[in-house]
Amino acid sequence: MNDPHTGFIVASYALTTLVVGGLVLRAVFDHRALRRAIAQLEARGVRRRSARREEAR
Amino acid sequence: MPRLTSLWNLANPTRFLGLADRLLPWLAALAAVLLAVGLYLSFFVAPPDYQQGETVRIMFVHVPAAWLGLFMYVMMSASALGTLVWRHPLADVAQKAAAPIGAAFTFVCLVTGSLWGKPMWGTWWVWDARLTSVLVLFLMYLGIIALWRAVDDPARAARAVAVLTLVGVVNIPIIKFSVDWWSTLHQPAAVFRIDGPTIHPSMLWPLLVMAVAFTVLAIALHLAGMRNEILRRRVRSLRLMEAEQLDAGVEPAAGAAR
Amino acid sequence: MTRAFLALVLRDLRLAARVGGSGAMGLVFFLMLVAVVPFALGPDLNLLSRIGPALLWFSAVLATLIGLDRLFQTDVEDGAIDLILASDTPLEVLVAAKGVAHWLTTGLPLALCAPLFGLLLALTPQAMLAVAATLLVGTPALTFIGAVGAALTASLGRGGLLLAILVMPLMVPTLIFGVSAANAATAATVGFLTPFLVLVALSLVAIVIGTFAAAAALRQGA
Repeated sequence: MNDPHTGFIVASYALTTLVVGGLVLRAVFDHRALRRAIAQLEARGVRRRSARREEAR
Repeated sequence: MPRLTSLWNLANPTRFLGLADRLLPWLAALAAVLLAVGLYLSFFVAPPDYQQGETVRIMFVHVPAAWLGLFMYVMMSASALGTLVWRHPLADVAQKAAAPIGAAFTFVCLVTGSLWGKPMWGTWWVWDARLTSVLVLFLMYLGIIALWRAVDDPARAARAVAVLTLVGVVNIPIIKFSVDWWSTLHQPAAVFRIDGPTIHPSMLWPLLVMAVAFTVLAIALHLAGMRNEILRRRVRSLRLMEAEQLDAGVEPAAGAAR
Repeated sequence: MTRAFLALVLRDLRLAARVGGSGAMGLVFFLMLVAVVPFALGPDLNLLSRIGPALLWFSAVLATLIGLDRLFQTDVEDGAIDLILASDTPLEVLVAAKGVAHWLTTGLPLALCAPLFGLLLALTPQAMLAVAATLLVGTPALTFIGAVGAALTASLGRGGLLLAILVMPLMVPTLIFGVSAANAATAATVGFLTPFLVLVALSLVAIVIGTFAAAAALRQGA
């Protein structure tokens, strides 16, 4: 690609990758952190009412 | 009506989480494959434009991003109706998860448009009708996100944002119309038209594949965002319950004794 | 229904006139903006008269925004909103009454004083008249679009900046057609009547949508 505007093309694709990658990473890390928080809370003995009901059955 | 009842079954967050857990890997894989194909087509198959040269390749991310900026707003408006009319619990979550994704794609559309405009128009920004409308759409996304962050209670925030989103959706055509009118009034000298109705098939195919790939990706991201939002609410209510138990002077472990 | 409407309008007007009310503040702020801009741009009268209509319109938008956050907030703070919500009169009517009262204390004075401030910007008499006319029919749109934002942020306590962020994008069409109509009267690029009538239409649409949306927002927030 010997186009004079290669820089602009690369920049747009790089920015798109950055933003989309950011969205994906945010979703993944958020998910892990939330799962960990729930596991911690449940380990401490805090259960949701519905979860308790299911166990009683 | 089986479809309707299944939609109501999904109101149960646990059931929705199960569905999302099963669907997400497939959607993510599909998005990855489509993106790979789309990128290959747009870089190696699509010919350079006879007028714009290689720069036309920016179109393959710019146009899908613009489409998704609008698509996510439509998604948000549909969820807003769900929140206000049917009080569907999933609608609140869908609304909240859609906003940052839509804002991100609108942002991509703006910046790639600017990067495309610099070599084509000679400036980074033109107050062209289309660019300006997208800018206003971006500002509306920012307002919606700001309102989400301002209200503490998630259910109340959802209803407030729903009203704002619906007012916005009524206004979008009005804004589009007035910006078009304004732009013809202040017509700058011979603006280069980016896309016409005539687009060569060799460019149309990569564009379509990229658009579908971006759409699948956005749906996957939206689903993941909804799943995270449900989990976030669960964490919130668990924390509140823990605080209540501590407040009542009960050992947290005793509360869970079974 | 008419009586409740009038009663609420009168109450808000009285509150605005009282000590601590925001009666003339919007107008003073408007004057401040018009007076400060030449310090930024320089005292070139040709330039000022060319951008005068746009400047007056922009100042009107800002002056309207400044007072809007108190539109429902004071009622939420002192509990009057509960009486308004519990009243037999439809909430939409009462919201419309509050909007009308707000317009009478900000929009109308702005429109009436615009020709006077136009003197500072060296506007021609024709341009002054055009700006006053467009402000007169355009400010209701600003008030009622803003009312939605005011209702959404009423119970937040720190709504001022958020309100501006929420409603500014929605005010774009009003600004476009208001300034176009005001300019058209002098520059004669397009007819005056087309943008003016669109501005009237925008105001009417904003009154309807704004009233219903603000009422919905108040109901949801309570």
